[in-house]
Order: sequence, then C-alpha cells, then structure tokens
Amino acid sequence: MKEIAIVGFQQSDSVSDAGAVNEVEMIMPVLSRVFQQVGINNAQDVGFVCSGSCDYLQGAAFAFVAGVDALGAVPPIKESHVEMDAAWALYESILKIRMGHADSALIYGFGKSSPGELPIVMSQQLDPYYLAPLWVDSISLAALQARLMLDQGLITEGDMAEVVSRSRRNAMNNPHAQLAGDVAPDDVLAQEMYLSPLRKADICPVSDGASAMIIATVEKAKEWGMPYAIISGIDHCIETHNLGMRDLTDSVSTRTAAKRAGMDAGKVDVAELYAPFSHQEIILTRALGLADDTLINPSGGVLAGNLMMASGLSRIGEVFNRIVSGEVQCGIAHATSGPCLQHNLVTVLEKA
Amino acid sequence: MSEEQEVVTVVKAPVYLKYNFTAGAAPARFLAQIKKGVLTGQRCPKCSAVYVPPRGSCGGCGVATEEEVVLSNKATVQSFTIVYIPIPNNPIQPPYIIANVVPDGANVSFIHLMSECVNEDVHIGARVEAVWKPKEEWAFAMDNIRYYRPIDEPNVPVDQIGKLPVTGLEG
Repeated sequence: MKEIAIVGFQQSDSVSDAGAVNEVEMIMPVLSRVFQQVGINNAQDVGFVCSGSCDYLQGAAFAFVAGVDALGAVPPIKESHVEMDAAWALYESILKIRMGHADSALIYGFGKSSPGELPIVMSQQLDPYYLAPLWVDSISLAALQARLMLDQGLITEGDMAEVVSRSRRNAMNNPHAQLAGDVAPDDVLAQEMYLSPLRKADICPVSDGASAMIIATVEKAKEWGMPYAIISGIDHCIETHNLGMRDLTDSVSTRTAAKRAGMDAGKVDVAELYAPFSHQEIILTRALGLADDTLINPSGGVLAGNLMMASGLSRIGEVFNRIVSGEVQCGIAHATSGPCLQHNLVTVLEKA
Repeated sequence: MSEEQEVVTVVKAPVYLKYNFTAGAAPARFLAQIKKGVLTGQRCPKCSAVYVPPRGSCGGCGVATEEEVVLSNKATVQSFTIVYIPIPNNPIQPPYIIANVVPDGANVSFIHLMSECVNEDVHIGARVEAVWKPKEEWAFAMDNIRYYRPIDEPNVPVDQIGKLPVTGLEG
C-alpha cells in the first residue's frame, strides 16, 4: 500500500466575523500560502482536489461550487467535494492516491458560520422526521449530554473548567486562535450558566475561516523536497442518528475508528481532539485511552476557534506542524461531525 | 391492533433559517458602482479576462481580480431564449426575451432582459444597449439597468463575441 505524506498545511485566523469577504475571498489567501509552502503554482500541480464545506452555513444552494473559483481550474482538474468537514475530504483524497488515480492532492475546508444562527442551523442536520422539526439546537443537545455525565458522576463542573482553562492557556501560543488567555478553572466556574450545565466558555465560539493541506505519495514528497509527516492510519465510524439509542457518555465510534486506524495508545505524543464542548474532550480522551503524558490540544483545540468544515482538517494539520518542527515524534488527530460526537474520524501520524 | 391505521405518507416540516448575507468584497465594489449608474468589471492580473459581475476571483486562474474596469453601455447578445411561460409574481408578461449579454470591455456574459425589440428578430451577435432606470431609483442592484434594447450596429461575428474592447466594434 502506498504511504501517504502530508507536505503542507495552512490555516486562516479564526475570527468571529470575517466581514464583507465571501467564501472564495476567504479561501484564496489560504490556498496561495499552502501552494507557496510546497513550492507549486496552483491546483494544476496536484493530481486531485477535494474540499469540505456545508451550504447550510452560508444559506445558499451549491455555494461550495464558488470555492472552485479559488483553484485555477482551467484547464480542467480532477475535483471532488464532501458536504462534511474537510477531514473527510482528506480521507477521500487518500483513497484516490491509494487507488493509483493521483500522486498528490490538495484538500481544503471552509466555513463562514457568522451569517446564520449556527446552533439553529445545525439542528437541520438531525433526522428529518422526529428531531429536525423540533429545532433542537446543537448546544441544547450537548447540554443534555453533559448533564448525563454530571448526574452519573463521570465528570464534575470542575473537570470541565479545567479543560477550558487549558484550552485558553494553550491558545496563547496559537496565532490563529480566536479565544486565548490566562484563564484559571475558577475563573471559568465563576461565569454564569448559559445553558445549564454549560457556561459560555464550555462551548466553542462561532468562527469564520478556512484551512488547506497538501498530501502526496512519499515519492512525490521527496521530489518536492519538503519536510513531511506520514499518515500511517486513518479510519472513521458513525453511530445511529437516534440519540436515545446511544450511550452519550462514551464515544464507541471514536474508539473503533482509532483501533482500525492502528492507534497505539502508549505511543501518542500529541493528540488534537475535535471537541466543540468541554465535556466532550473528556469523553474523547477516555474513549481513546490516552495516557497522562500525551499532550492534548496544544493548539487550544476548537474551544479556541471552531472553523466549521475545516476544524477537523486543522486538527490533523496541527499534529503535522508539531511533527515536522521536531517537537514530537507521533500523534493522533480526531475529527467529528453530527450531534454529540455522532461521527468520528481518527488519523495516526508519524515522523517520516 | 384492531383499528386500521392510516398510512402516513407526508410529514410537514417547514424550514426557516435567517442569514445576514454578504455579497463579498469584490461584488460589494461592483454594487457600489452600479448604484452610481456605472457598470464595472474586474480584470484578472494573470490572464487579463474581465469579469462582470465580479465575484472576487478569476475562476480560470484562481487569483483575486483587483483591477476595476469601467464597461460600456453597449453589449452583444451571446445567446438568448424566448420565454412563453408565465411565471407567478413576475410582472413581465410573456412572450419576452432573456439574453446572455457581454458588455463591451468584458469577456464574460451575464443574464438580463431584452425589450423594445421584435422577439423574432433577436439573434446571436446582435448589438444592444442598456436602458437604465431613472437615477432616483438606483439601488445596489443589477436591475438599475431595466433592460437591453437593440441598436443599429453591424452584427458581431460569433468568434468575436466577448472579445470587444470597451470602445466597441470600431475600437
């Protein structure tokens, strides 16, 4: 099987409102930076392109097509799209390369969430017969999940505040972070309840932005001559859409995906977890059986800024950055989709 | 169960979502000009193609279109269709013409209405000009131009459509 290398990764700043710019204007600067990083001109120089976005975020049908205008797609390129986080666009691109249809790929994800009411928009991803008509928003569902955990004694509000505090402090070293600062757990607990048992700080912010990655076969990566990291495994699993049939205090699909991706819990220097709510980071850490010395979300994670449809790809990019900088030897990245961690993807990365 | 249940075949679940739409930085520049009665395009710094209305990038090259170009009121019909079907709430009565027109100085067409014409005489390559609404009605909107009407100029050969300079046929 062809080994896959990550050769480039770039992310925009995570901002609460990107203002007047439209999607293509948000994507172009990130793409030009990732092309520059790898030393190529545009999408003509890779074998495949795959993007992740969601038309519901900007509220326009086929809005994702506008993203193609950032690529330089004349003459025609091989291009695809997932209506999901771009971590799944990476998954598709890896399959494409492994099948021998391409030797390299550009993956990008983008989301301008500020124009809509994001938690309400997210209610429309629920099953269309029983839940979506109730307009149950994403924060309310997460609050139910946190309440289950608190009532079962699996976590305390203090544990949740610890997660927030670590995120804010780690984010001080992340130039793209939206929320960062020297915040102590007690500062978090002193905040008023927003949607019990969640405080505002337990909830990831609404963010605008994009991220992009370039992957290739190891041969192609060597030809480009850029430092790279190896993706040694990637897999994803999904649980039922019926929330009442799931154990919301655990993430079975994350555990299964990690196992299939070949994760060795004893050999994870760094883990970037896509946990949009503080209690979910605890669920994921436990589901993955991460050791105490594993560095968790050194970027601050998505509590520091949540680029819908790009944050999953960014988790992988954050681990890549730390491996090529020599900071760590290996790591895992997690991406999620759906309510209460319904669908999870795990990527295992290693030093080349 | 003794009672026969009615088969459910329809569930009504209307979706209402509100958005604060933003056109984009480049389209906003275009709209600011059209509010002043000026039709503008934007030029690609790489291939020189002029886009109208501009969306922010040259789709072919994948780069931002920064340079603003003032376009002519004159245009060429690139394609058209005659609409015979009445559309609910549309004040325009059929049959009428929707055309793809390329303003002089631009390289891509946009869709607009045609009027003051004999529908059967409209053809590809025909020369037309913009008829604007009265100045006091100008908004941030494409329909500041009410419609295009034919003008008495020679046809543009098909291979020249979309390639005329802003000075038109003679230029």
